[in-house]
Amino acid sequence: MEMTSRELWTALHGMFFGGLFLILFSGLIITLWGLDSESFTQLGIRRRLRVLRVCSCALALLAWFTVIAGTYVVYPWYRAKPPQGTTGSALMHYPRSLLLYRPQTADWHELGMEWKEHIAWLTPILATSAAVVLNAHGRRVSRDRQLRRTVLAFYSICFFCAVVAGVFGALINKAAPIR
Amino acid sequence: MTRIPLDNSVETTNGSAWAAILAAAISCVAFGALVDLAEASGRVSHMLSFYNPAGDLSGKSCVAIVIWLFVWGWLHVRWRNRNITSGKLGVVAIVLILLSLLATFPPFFNLFAAA
Repeated sequence: MEMTSRELWTALHGMFFGGLFLILFSGLIITLWGLDSESFTQLGIRRRLRVLRVCSCALALLAWFTVIAGTYVVYPWYRAKPPQGTTGSALMHYPRSLLLYRPQTADWHELGMEWKEHIAWLTPILATSAAVVLNAHGRRVSRDRQLRRTVLAFYSICFFCAVVAGVFGALINKAAPIR
Repeated sequence: MTRIPLDNSVETTNGSAWAAILAAAISCVAFGALVDLAEASGRVSHMLSFYNPAGDLSGKSCVAIVIWLFVWGWLHVRWRNRNITSGKLGVVAIVLILLSLLATFPPFFNLFAAA
């Protein structure tokens, strides 16, 4: 059993950073959903805010690590151009070209990768802003339904973006692995 | 009964929270616009290739982050002492983010593809 450094980086980007992001997200959204100053004592609210503050910061950091590793480490290997005239199985080290070479896999790049590489970048921006709101205005979030709903919507969109990026990343890496 | 303070800070206004929210939404829609612009123009795409191995994705993301931080700072300075009660701002932010989702969807941005 061995892994190349490229496979290791791809696993770190998709499985470790991305996977941990999705796990943390579940805990955060449940805690945030129930954060209502009318439903809890002040001590209860304070405990939930502490969890939210830690989770939201971890989530934002993970989102940044994931997109930066994806864009600047893994993506250049994916889109590397093969030497002129390279065809067939010789393209195995050039995932983008390999997908485009076969008509039946071209959509994995043209829809999957094109969507994934862009939508993923919305995640850290939204997660960071939501984390700042929860850390600097947590008490108000528990009282202000409008603010809480907006933060919840931010995290829901974050989750959608992360799922699109994660699912397409896994499927594309299955169709044309980075070696 | 003892009152337990929720935190040590004294929160009086929510303007800076809404500044963070709106700035993120504006940055997302700017990113979506850059994706469409880069698709429509090879020249823009080339200009946005800050780091060649990653192509124009490096420039689109960097420019969107700069716009985000600039707008955030500007709105924060303007709104930090204000209390915003209108619920419309949240709706505006969500609509902007939904527009950015549309702008980054390949069948949509391919409509602008340079010939």
